[in-house]
Amino acid sequence: MATESLHHDAHAEEHEHHDAGPTKVFGFWVYLMSDLVIFGTLFATYAVLMKGTAGGPTGADIFELPLILFGTFALLISSFTFGMGVLAMNANRVGQVKMWLGITFVLGLMFLGMEIYEFHHLIHEGFGPDRSAFLSAFFTLVGTHGLHVTFGMIWILVMLVQLSTKGLNDKTRPRILCLSLFWHFLDIVWICVFSFVYLMGVLV
Amino acid sequence: MFGKLSLEAIPYHEPILVIAGLVGILGGAALLGALTYFRKWGWLWNEWFTSVDHKKLGIMYFIVALIMLLRGFADALMMRVQQAIAAGGSAGILPPDHYDQIFTAHGVIMIFFVAMPMVIGLMNLVVPLQIGARDVAFPFLNNLSFWLFAVSALLINVSLFVGEFATTGWLAYAPLSGIEYSPGVGVDYWIWALQISGIGTTLTGINFFVTILKMRTKGMTLFRMPIFTWTSLCANVLIIASFPILTATIAMLTLDRYLGMNFFTNDMGGNVMMYVNLIWAWGHPEVYILILPAFGVFSEVIATFARKRLFGYHTMVWATIAITVLSFIVWLHHFFTMGAGANVNAFFGIMTMIIAIPTGVKVFNWLFTIFRGRLELTSPVLWTLGFIITFTIGGMTGVMLALPAANFVLHNSLFVIAHFHNVIVGGVVFGMMAGLTYWFPKAFGFTLDEKWGKRSFWCWIIGFYVAFMPLYVLSFYGAARRMNSYPNAEWQPWFIVALIGALLIAAGIACTLIQFYVSVRNRDKYADVTGDPWDGRTLEWAASSPPAFYNFARLPVVGDIDSFWSQKQRGNEQLEDAPYTDIHMPRNTVAGPIISVFAMIFGFAMVWHIWWLAGFSAIGMLVSFLMRVSNDDIDYYVPAAEVERIELAHQQRVEAQA
Ligand code: HEM
Ligand SMILES: [Cu+2]
Repeated sequence: MATESLHHDAHAEEHEHHDAGPTKVFGFWVYLMSDLVIFGTLFATYAVLMKGTAGGPTGADIFELPLILFGTFALLISSFTFGMGVLAMNANRVGQVKMWLGITFVLGLMFLGMEIYEFHHLIHEGFGPDRSAFLSAFFTLVGTHGLHVTFGMIWILVMLVQLSTKGLNDKTRPRILCLSLFWHFLDIVWICVFSFVYLMGVLV
Repeated sequence: MFGKLSLEAIPYHEPILVIAGLVGILGGAALLGALTYFRKWGWLWNEWFTSVDHKKLGIMYFIVALIMLLRGFADALMMRVQQAIAAGGSAGILPPDHYDQIFTAHGVIMIFFVAMPMVIGLMNLVVPLQIGARDVAFPFLNNLSFWLFAVSALLINVSLFVGEFATTGWLAYAPLSGIEYSPGVGVDYWIWALQISGIGTTLTGINFFVTILKMRTKGMTLFRMPIFTWTSLCANVLIIASFPILTATIAMLTLDRYLGMNFFTNDMGGNVMMYVNLIWAWGHPEVYILILPAFGVFSEVIATFARKRLFGYHTMVWATIAITVLSFIVWLHHFFTMGAGANVNAFFGIMTMIIAIPTGVKVFNWLFTIFRGRLELTSPVLWTLGFIITFTIGGMTGVMLALPAANFVLHNSLFVIAHFHNVIVGGVVFGMMAGLTYWFPKAFGFTLDEKWGKRSFWCWIIGFYVAFMPLYVLSFYGAARRMNSYPNAEWQPWFIVALIGALLIAAGIACTLIQFYVSVRNRDKYADVTGDPWDGRTLEWAASSPPAFYNFARLPVVGDIDSFWSQKQRGNEQLEDAPYTDIHMPRNTVAGPIISVFAMIFGFAMVWHIWWLAGFSAIGMLVSFLMRVSNDDIDYYVPAAEVERIELAHQQRVEAQA
């Protein structure tokens, strides 16, 4: 750590080079914007196909709000715990960062568990994604978000390993920052899914 | 074990494919043999395949693109021959199913594996140099993008010999591309080739967007950036905003085909119009991703060879930005006939016509740059002049198509084919040829032979008009696109003329190949070690040719537009004697090629439903990516002494030549 920062101080005048921390975070942010376009496309498709139930169930028939609300809170709280982790990182407390990341992981797992239960249940009832266009769009939108959460959790595991082997340095710090951006981003997307798919789904 | 794959998949009963297959295999074997014989594998792997140097990646993009141009053009020739014969009841040489594969493959290859890599290749070669940077923002991702593209190109060629390609047309409209109407593997090849290369393109977009915004040298404000960099910036914005739509759309088609979902099916609530909307919401921005950088090339070429600052730099930039924005609200002009209603059609028709305004602004900027300049008629300038005329004609037929009422007659006719070749050959291909000739000496340290360059130009431009003007005529007689044969024998003469045009274009391509050969043979005669063969205006000409791997020993400082030019006018007062410093550079990476090879295996396994192999290669991708991110030894410092040695050697070469 000490040698690392010394090494870089010697080249402090050479700021904007490739792969530098801030550039990385900015690049990741741009990536998130492109990911947002994917979600936007899936949302638009869902909006168009929502009525295409082909005699199958509508959202109001199959959404179980209490369960979804549980998962939603798990994910919202996990954003908070990740925020605490970043604060701990800024205070240079590796142990605490790991703890908060661990809690975030568990909350993510609870969210995923909710989703897998929901999907399994629906498919079991005969309302799988091939039942109607509405269900195709629903499974794909929610599933894409779930897939992102899964990758986020793999990433958390990778960071836990890296924090144990490498500690906090100018390679791992930007990664945690990017991961936190990713995690909050998924939270925001989920809020849209929750309001737009579930809440509006049971309304109409 | 092998999913749907069996020996039946090899089309040994189709002579054309067998010959193509043999040529491919023998050619490949000869290449591999030569590499082994001359012991070049290590060199290729260490110096090129694993390189993160944007200049080398740019060159590799171009090499693959030129090879794919030969493939795509061979398809075009076959179509031209077929249509020249198959009149009035004759079946011609290609059965319908094969013909359908050919026009689909031609369109896909030309757009994704010729035009895109040429544009991205030029961006790689030029943009970091123009902004005075030492590399791109994410060198590893840059290498990965290239390989994702290269393996997809390979995948699409595999479809020629193992299985089949899609027969759906280049955009694979649903429901035709759905599993019900296309049960074969052709659409699956289309899906995975585009999905893999599309992800590479998105990464490129992010990479260059960040590079241009974050890595400009001191003093290079946005409004001092060279126009090529500006147009690249806008093209990258378009990539970032539109390629994810393609990714999502292809993913949904994949789910329809693989998991029986109902996004784009006729029944079960699916909506086929949604597919057409989504694919064009990506597709129209895509054509501007191709043409904007070409506009940039012409701007650089014209300013350099008219020895004049580009007329209306600021309007050029704003026109580019306007086109970037507008290109997102015109997509519906590709399907006026779908029945969205008169008001919707009117809106999109008017928006489309409005794009002609900023484009017209650009044309006048180029013309006024030439006006009172001392225009040198080099081959890049010829390509540019050819472009201005050809593209203007193509633009006007585009405005005709933008008129919904007229479009109902012209839709799906050869008019559309003539129109978009008019802009895409006259715009993108000419632009890439101009850019190739213009920046070739920067990449290799010697200029291209002018005589063969000019011959190529004349063959291309005459060939273009002979090949495509007849299609406008035919469209007025009612000739539809994608015809395997036609009953009306009176059309045949026009198709024969079109074939002659295509043969002239073939001669143009041959001239370019000869040009490479002649130039390489005479590379000592054409050598340019100054790094500035054209008396250029922008920063890339300040570096040596080919530039040292770190581009600039001392990062240049910029004071105005065309700062290299004004610096030359003032006499070189650059900080010549400032001491050299250590230079931070990225290390080569094996991760890019390895991840991409796994991606290709994954695509192939998915095409043939070989699930275990798909799972294995997916894990392979993930593991090699994780290995890459846990490797911290990804950069190093070039010591100042080493920089000094390289720069001294370069100076000696310049003095020796002078
Ligand atoms: C260089 C000479 C070229 C020739 C002679 C040529 C010829 C043709 C022909 C005969 C067709 C089929 C027309 C029909 O449907 O009846 C076609 C379609 C097409 N071409 Fe070209 N082409 C050339 C270059 C290009 C280039 C450079 C591009 C793009 C960068 C391109 C993109 C396409 C596309 C997208 C289609 C539509 C395919 C489809 O119907 O799905 N072509 N071309
Ligand atoms: Cu368009």
